[in-house]
Amino acid sequence: NEITLAFRRQRKRAANRDKVNLARCRRTAAANMPAVSKGDGMRGLAVFISDIRNCKSKEAEIKRINKELANIRSKFKGDKALDGYSKKKYVCKLLFIFLLGHDIDFGHMEAVNLLSSNKYTEKQIGYLFISVLVNSNSELIRLINNAIKNDLSSRNPTFMCLALHCIANVGSREMAEAFASEIPRILVAGDTMDSVKQSAALCLLRLYKTSPDLVLMGEWTSRVVHLLNDQHMGVVTAAISLITCLSQKNPDEFKTCVSLAVSRLSRIVSSASTDLQDYTYYFVPAPWLSCKLLRLLQCYPPPEDGAVKGRLVECLETILNKAQEPPKSKKVQHSNAKNAILFEAISLIIHYDSEPNLLVRACNQLGQFLQHRETNLRYLALESMCTLASSEFSHEAVKTHIETVINALKTERDVSVRQRAADLLYAMCDRSNAKQIVAEMLSYLETADYSIREEMVLKVAILAEKYAVDYSWYVDTILNLIRIAGDYVSEEVWYRVIQIVINRDDVQGYAAKTVFEALQAPACHENMVKVGGYILGEFGNLIAGDPRSSPLVQFNLLHSKFHLCSVPTRALLLSAYIKFINLFPETKTTIQEVLRCDSQIRNSDVELQQRAVEYLKLSSIASTDVLATVLEEMPPFPERESSILAKLKKKKGPGAVSVTELEDNKREGGELNGGADRGPDSASTPSPSGDLLGIRAAAPIGAAPASAGSLLVDVFSEAGIAVSSAAVNDEGFLRFVCKNNGVLFENQLLQIGIKSEYRQNLGRMYLFYGNKTSVQFASFTTTVSCPGELQTHILPKGFPHFKGYCGAQIQQVLNIECLTDFIDAPLLNIKFRYGGGLQNLTLKLPVTINKFFQPTEMASQDFFQRWKQLSQPQQEAQKIFKANHSMDTEVLKAKLLGLGTALLDNVDPNPENYVCAGVIQTKSQQIGCLLRLEPNAQAQMYRLTLRCSKDLVSQRLCDLLAEQF
Amino acid sequence: MMRFLLLFSRQGRLRLQKWFTPMMDREKKKIIRDMTTMVLSRQPRTCNFMQWKDLKIIYKRYASLYFCLAIESQENELLALEVIHRYVELLDKYFGNVCELDIIFNFEKAYFILDEFLMGGEIQETSKQIVNRSIDASDMLQETLEEYMSKPAF
Repeated sequence: NEITLAFRRQRKRAANRDKVNLARCRRTAAANMPAVSKGDGMRGLAVFISDIRNCKSKEAEIKRINKELANIRSKFKGDKALDGYSKKKYVCKLLFIFLLGHDIDFGHMEAVNLLSSNKYTEKQIGYLFISVLVNSNSELIRLINNAIKNDLSSRNPTFMCLALHCIANVGSREMAEAFASEIPRILVAGDTMDSVKQSAALCLLRLYKTSPDLVLMGEWTSRVVHLLNDQHMGVVTAAISLITCLSQKNPDEFKTCVSLAVSRLSRIVSSASTDLQDYTYYFVPAPWLSCKLLRLLQCYPPPEDGAVKGRLVECLETILNKAQEPPKSKKVQHSNAKNAILFEAISLIIHYDSEPNLLVRACNQLGQFLQHRETNLRYLALESMCTLASSEFSHEAVKTHIETVINALKTERDVSVRQRAADLLYAMCDRSNAKQIVAEMLSYLETADYSIREEMVLKVAILAEKYAVDYSWYVDTILNLIRIAGDYVSEEVWYRVIQIVINRDDVQGYAAKTVFEALQAPACHENMVKVGGYILGEFGNLIAGDPRSSPLVQFNLLHSKFHLCSVPTRALLLSAYIKFINLFPETKTTIQEVLRCDSQIRNSDVELQQRAVEYLKLSSIASTDVLATVLEEMPPFPERESSILAKLKKKKGPGAVSVTELEDNKREGGELNGGADRGPDSASTPSPSGDLLGIRAAAPIGAAPASAGSLLVDVFSEAGIAVSSAAVNDEGFLRFVCKNNGVLFENQLLQIGIKSEYRQNLGRMYLFYGNKTSVQFASFTTTVSCPGELQTHILPKGFPHFKGYCGAQIQQVLNIECLTDFIDAPLLNIKFRYGGGLQNLTLKLPVTINKFFQPTEMASQDFFQRWKQLSQPQQEAQKIFKANHSMDTEVLKAKLLGLGTALLDNVDPNPENYVCAGVIQTKSQQIGCLLRLEPNAQAQMYRLTLRCSKDLVSQRLCDLLAEQF
Repeated sequence: MMRFLLLFSRQGRLRLQKWFTPMMDREKKKIIRDMTTMVLSRQPRTCNFMQWKDLKIIYKRYASLYFCLAIESQENELLALEVIHRYVELLDKYFGNVCELDIIFNFEKAYFILDEFLMGGEIQETSKQIVNRSIDASDMLQETLEEYMSKPAF
C-alpha cells in the first residue's frame, strides 16, 4: 500500500470529469484540466488535450488532430506575426500530437525561433521540442547550435542548463564538433554554478560516448578528478558518472581517483543518517553516490597503497555489517537503497577476488537473501551468486546452497526468478554435483516455461558432456532430453551426441541398446528417430545378437516411424537402411522391397526419390566388398569446441563466438549423416582462380586476328605458365587419335572420361570427372591451356564440383575451333585437395589435327591424279614401322575410319593396301590429304605414306598414325 | 547508464517517453510495443526485474500508471527502482498528490522535472529539495519575466 501512496488514484476524479465532458462543450472541457497548474497554463493546449481524450474512436481522434494541424499550419503561415505565447502554445500542441504517435513535418523552424526568445518558458518549450523531435542529422542543427552558443555564453545558469540539456539530448556529432572543447572549460571554471557543473559533466559524458575522438584530454582532466572532493554532493554524483566512463577508457590517466573515491566512500559509509541532509534517502546516506563510487573502484585492481586498501576493506566490512542491523525504516525504499549498496559492494568484492574472508561473508549474506520474502532480493541474490560461483574462494560456499536453489527452481512463482535459479545451478555445477544438478534440470524441463526451454536444453547438454564420467550416463541424459523436450533440442545437440558416440567405441553398444529401447515408445520425437536411425545404421550390429533386437526387428522398428517423419529424417532413414543392407545381408530383400515400392522410388521429393533409386541400384549391382567399402563405418569426427557451447555463447551475447565458426560447425554437422545434406553448401566450390569462366569464355568464336598462326596463345598464356609446373601426362592421349570416346585418365582417386564430336573445323568435348573416393574433394578446379593454334572455347556448363558421396560424377564441356593447322594439343590442368594434400595433374587433351578431317570419296583415277600433284618433297612423309597391334583387316579398317578420312576401295592395285582421302577443315584453309598404308603381314611391318597440300601436316599426321597400328 | 524511461497506463497508452540515446522512430515504436506487452502480461507479486536483450528492464506500477526503466547490464536494479520512486516523489511534490491526468495535461512539466533529475541517462541531482527548488525557480522566473514583459510602459 505504501508504494502507491505517492501516486494518487484518480478514478473518482476522472469519472467526475467524464460526466462533465459528456456535454461536449468546449468551455466546460477546458475546465477539465487538473486543478493544479502552476506557472502559466496554456489554456488552448488543455482544451485540445481534453478534446482528444473525449474522442470516442481512432477516426475521430485523427479527424480532430488533422483539424488542429490545419489550424496550426495556417497560423504559422499567416502574415500576422505570432506573439511568443501563441508560438509556444502551437509548438507545444505539435509536440503533444507527435507524442501521441503521429508524424510531424512542420513547426521545427518556429521551435528554433523560440530558442532565442527572452522568455524562459518559450525557450524551454523550444528546447523540449528540439530534444524530442529533431534527429541528429537535421539541417536545422546549425541554427540550433547558434542558439545554444548564445545561451552557453549568456552566464544565466538557467539558460546554460537548458542549452546543455539540449546538447545531451540530441548528442549529435555536429554538436560534439561545435561544443566538445567548450564544455570542459565550463565544467572546471571556478565561477561556474554548481547546477551548471552538474549539467556540464553529464553533457560531456554524453558527447564522449557519441564522439570520443572529439573530447580531448587535457589540463581539465586532473581537475575533473578532483570534483570527487567537491563539497556539493550533487556535483560529485554527476561528475562521478563522467569520471567512471573516462577511467574505463584511460585508466592510467585517472588512477588518482581511486584514493579519492575510497576516502569519499569512507566518509559516507561512516556518516550518521542525518549528516547528509537531503542526500540521505530513507535513512540511507547517499545511496546513489555510494553505488557510483563502488562502481568506479571496479574499474581498477585493489589499491596498492596499504592504508587506502585498509580503509576500503573497512568500508566493505561496514556495509556487510549494516546489512545485519535491524532496519531503520519499514519502507521498501529504505531496504532497497541499503541493499543496492550491499550488492554493489559484493560486486566489488567479487571483482577483487582476493579477500577470501569477504567473499565468504558475501556468499553467506546472499544465502540469507535466497530465502527472503522479497522476490526482488531472491532474484538478485541468485544473480549475484552466479558470479561468486566462479571464484575459487567462494565456489564451495556457493555449493552449500544447492538445495535452496533447487527448491527455488521448483517452487518460485516468477519465471524470471526460476531462470536465475537455473543459471545459478549451471554456474555452480562441477564434477561432484553434476549428476544431481542435471537430474534436477531435466525434471524441471518437464514443466519449464516455453521461453526458457531451449536455453535449458543447451545447458543440460553442455553439463552432461562436460562432466560425463561415463559416457553411458551422457547418452542417457541426452536421450532423456530429447524425450522430454524434443522440440527444443536443436540440431547442435543431437549432432553432438552422434559425434561423441562415433568417437568413443566404449559407448557405441550401449548407445545402440538405449536408442533401440527409446524407439519402442509409441510416440517418440522425431529427433529421437534421427539419432536412432543414425546410431542403429552405424552400430545396430552390436545389439543384433539379441533376438529381441535382431536386424529385422531393428529395421521394422525404424521403418514404423518412417511415415510420421519429415523429409530430412526420411532421407536419413533411407541412408540407415542402405547401411543395414551392408551390416545385415539378411535384411537385403526386405529393404530392397521397401526401396522399390512406389512411395519411395516415385516419391515426389527429388531427394528421397534419388536416394531410393541410387540405394536400390547400389544394393543390387555392387559386390559385397564394394558395399562394405562404400558403406563403411563413419570415421571419427575431429575434436573441436562443442558446437553446443558455441550456440549458447551466441545466445548469451553477440561477439562471444564468431559467426563463421558456428557455420563451420553446422556444416560439420550437416555431413554427419553421410551426405544427407546434399545441398549446395556441402559441395566444394572451385576457387575463383581456377574458375573456368576466367578463361575469357566470352571470346567470340573465330574472332581471330589475321596476323599470325598462333593466335590465341596469349589468351591462355597465364594458364599455360601455371600448367608447366606439373609434368604432363600423355598416356591416354595417343589412344584417342582414332577414337572419340573413352577413359582418358584414371588413378585411385579420379577417373576422367571423354566424349567428343567434330564437324568441319568445330568440335565439342565432354569431360566427365568421377570421384572414386568416399570423401569430397576440396577446392576442385580445372583449367585448359592451349599452346598451339587451336582455339579452345570453353562453355562452362555447371560448375565442376563434386557431390559429397562416392561415385559422383560431374561434367564439363569444351568447345573447340580449329583456326589453322597445329601440332601441340591443349593441356588440361586439374587441382584439388584430398586428405590434406594438394593433387595437381596435367593431361594432354586428345585434340589432334585429324579430328577435323572431312572424308572425301574419290575414284581411282582422281586419287592418282591428286597424288601426283602433291609430289613436292615437303608434301610427302613416309614411315616404315613395326606393327604394335593386331594386323587384322577389320581392326585396321575401323582405325582408318576413326581417323576421319574416307577409306577408298578399289583404288590401290594391291588389295592388301589401304588408301584414304580427306580434307582437314581449319578456319583459314582446307588441307587435302591422301594416305596409303601398306601392311606386310609376314614381316609384321607397315609402310605409311602421306601426302598433304600443306607442308608439315603430312609429317605430323605420319608421326601420329605410326603409333596407332 | 539508463537507456529509456517509459510511462504507460494499464491499457498500454503511452504517457511519457524519454530516450537517452538517439534512436530511429521505428525502433522506438517497436520497443514501446515490446515493453507494454511484456510488462502488462506480468503476474502480480512477481519481481520487478526482467532481462530483455542485453538490457535490464525495471518496472513498477503506481496506481494506474506503469513506470518502465531500461538500464545497462552492469547497473544496479534496486537503485533503478529508487530512481523511479524518486521521480514519482518529485512529480508528487510538484503537482501535489499527482495522478495520471496531471501527466497527461502537463506532459511538458513532467519532462522538465525529469530533466532536472536525470540527464543523458545518468543521475544529475538526487536531492528532492534541490530539484524542487529549481523547478519552482523556473516557474517563478517565467512568472516574473512575464509580468515584467507585460507591464505597461510608463
